[in-house]
Amino acid sequence: MASEATATVGGASAPPLAAPKRGRLRLSTSESGLKAAHFNNTGFAVALLLPQLLVLLFFFFIPSYKALSLAFVQVDPFGGRTIFVGLDNFTRLIASPEYRESAWITLWLTLAQNVITIGLALLFAFATDFVSRGRGIYKLVILVPYAIAPVISGVLWAFLFNPAVGPLAQMLHSFGVPWDPNRRPFDAQLLIVVASVWKHICYDYIFLVAALLAVPNSLLEASRLDGARPIRRFFTISLPLAAPTAFFLIVMNFTYGLFETFGIVDAITKGGPAGATNTLVYKVYQDGFVQLNLGSSAAQSVILMIVAILFTILQFRGIERKVNYQV
Amino acid sequence: MKERDLGLSIFCHAVLIFAALLVGLPLYFAFVAGSLSIQEVQQTPFPWLPGRYFFANVVEAWNTGDFARSFANSMIVTTGIVVGKLAISLIAAYAVTYFRFPFRMTAFWLIFVSLMLPVEVRIIPTYEAVADTAGPIRWALSSLGISGAIEALTGYQVDAYLQWNMVNTYSGLVLPLIASATATFLFRQFFLTIPDELCEAARIDGAGPAKFFWQILLPLSTANIAALCIIQFIYGWNQYLWPLLFTTDKDMATAILGLKNLIPVSDSVPAWNLAMNAALFVMLPPAVVILVLQRWFTKGLVDAGK
Repeated sequence: MASEATATVGGASAPPLAAPKRGRLRLSTSESGLKAAHFNNTGFAVALLLPQLLVLLFFFFIPSYKALSLAFVQVDPFGGRTIFVGLDNFTRLIASPEYRESAWITLWLTLAQNVITIGLALLFAFATDFVSRGRGIYKLVILVPYAIAPVISGVLWAFLFNPAVGPLAQMLHSFGVPWDPNRRPFDAQLLIVVASVWKHICYDYIFLVAALLAVPNSLLEASRLDGARPIRRFFTISLPLAAPTAFFLIVMNFTYGLFETFGIVDAITKGGPAGATNTLVYKVYQDGFVQLNLGSSAAQSVILMIVAILFTILQFRGIERKVNYQV
Repeated sequence: MKERDLGLSIFCHAVLIFAALLVGLPLYFAFVAGSLSIQEVQQTPFPWLPGRYFFANVVEAWNTGDFARSFANSMIVTTGIVVGKLAISLIAAYAVTYFRFPFRMTAFWLIFVSLMLPVEVRIIPTYEAVADTAGPIRWALSSLGISGAIEALTGYQVDAYLQWNMVNTYSGLVLPLIASATATFLFRQFFLTIPDELCEAARIDGAGPAKFFWQILLPLSTANIAALCIIQFIYGWNQYLWPLLFTTDKDMATAILGLKNLIPVSDSVPAWNLAMNAALFVMLPPAVVILVLQRWFTKGLVDAGK
């Protein structure tokens, strides 16, 4: 772990001395990630770890365990009695057309957001890498949305595309587009995608700029001498070298699209119209907190947990199996 | 060494100007809307130039949304998250890299798996945990028979006293968010790059673990701490789901929640001018932090993502 994880984003700089194979071997021993010069003061170490572990115990492990156990019971709304129902909550969920639709919507919204975000970020990063003047200013401006909360991004776009007062909606109306995200499902979905892309491009952009910067100049020079033009160099050298970063970003975009767009949905559409933007995370909140259907909400949480765990594993796979083009 | 390629150069600048407009135009429109009166903001077509009421609107939005209170709340909560997170991650990372003790790797992995489940997927149980933090302790005590024993011996009912509800408290807003696998991992990675000679020298000079940490490790980590402070400040300030769930009391609302309450809903007067104005000043603190400390922040973000 130690040696793989220190490799840089671009995958272009040399990992520390240990070869990958040895690194993996070291992982299995209890010495991995321990400094050669260390202390043996067990009591002190435990005291140092305790705050983090206590917080995790109370707010992570116990709640996660409870979510798991709640998913297999039915809570009686009056007496607070719980009845074990096995996999009932899950089978009912999967059978429910509402849930399946929510899953589809989430998938499509997340995919669209992912592709557009990384596409635009790549384009912007390429342009930033190429220009020599004003680079700092461009970077600074593109970075700004990082500071803006998803909810605020949602509020901004909700205003811009508000059918009554929004300037962009008025523009669309003047072109004859009957734009109205409060009534037309597709408009609402588009709005969610736009707001989440706008908020997230900066993240991908920062990483891609760093990755392109890490591409060794010698390679670019060599291919230039061989007569490759900038665009060709980008596609045959820079892009493959930045591929691990791009992979990492795609996984991160999925996580963002699945979990962090809650604020955007809540600010713009609240899941409507007619459930057209009712994403999975929003549904957990709706079913659990608004409709107090705890068993179903817990089952949904468990499904999301599995998805989240899959993404985390993917992410680490990506870090470990980093494509290496060492020079 | 860059070569000249005028066409591509123009194209790239065009792309970047487009990017800048994409970011800037919504903010500019928000500024224009925030400077109009309530009648002006509803006119068609929407004006391109700002109106005269920007500062009047700032005052009105500030008072309507009770932002004096919610900004203070946001500041307290954000500071709590930043300080708490950095403190517990630093010492936990120090423990797993610089100490040999039983179950060292287990502890590391326990912290690490928490990366897997973002808060959004365990909303309800975590809410319960915050509403009844002492619950697990009561359960442990009673199932071990301790509370019964205490009651029999002293007549003191442990269960009745062990109540701890953190809803509508600062600790309820801060504590569940300060566990951080990312920060711990980042510091661990950084500590692994520090030369072993430093620790050896410190030990030869007679420094114990606490002294080594304070006088050597902490000063060396300044750059990482600064970068993480920026990232966590933005993270904390922009929290939405937690405060939404944990603050039923208006006095505990954060700035983001205050803004959310200003958004016009269908049957109210559409005061978008106030909402947009508030959106601008609520995003101001993190935006200033980013613009001023940009270089530290980018490095930290890219490092943290590794």
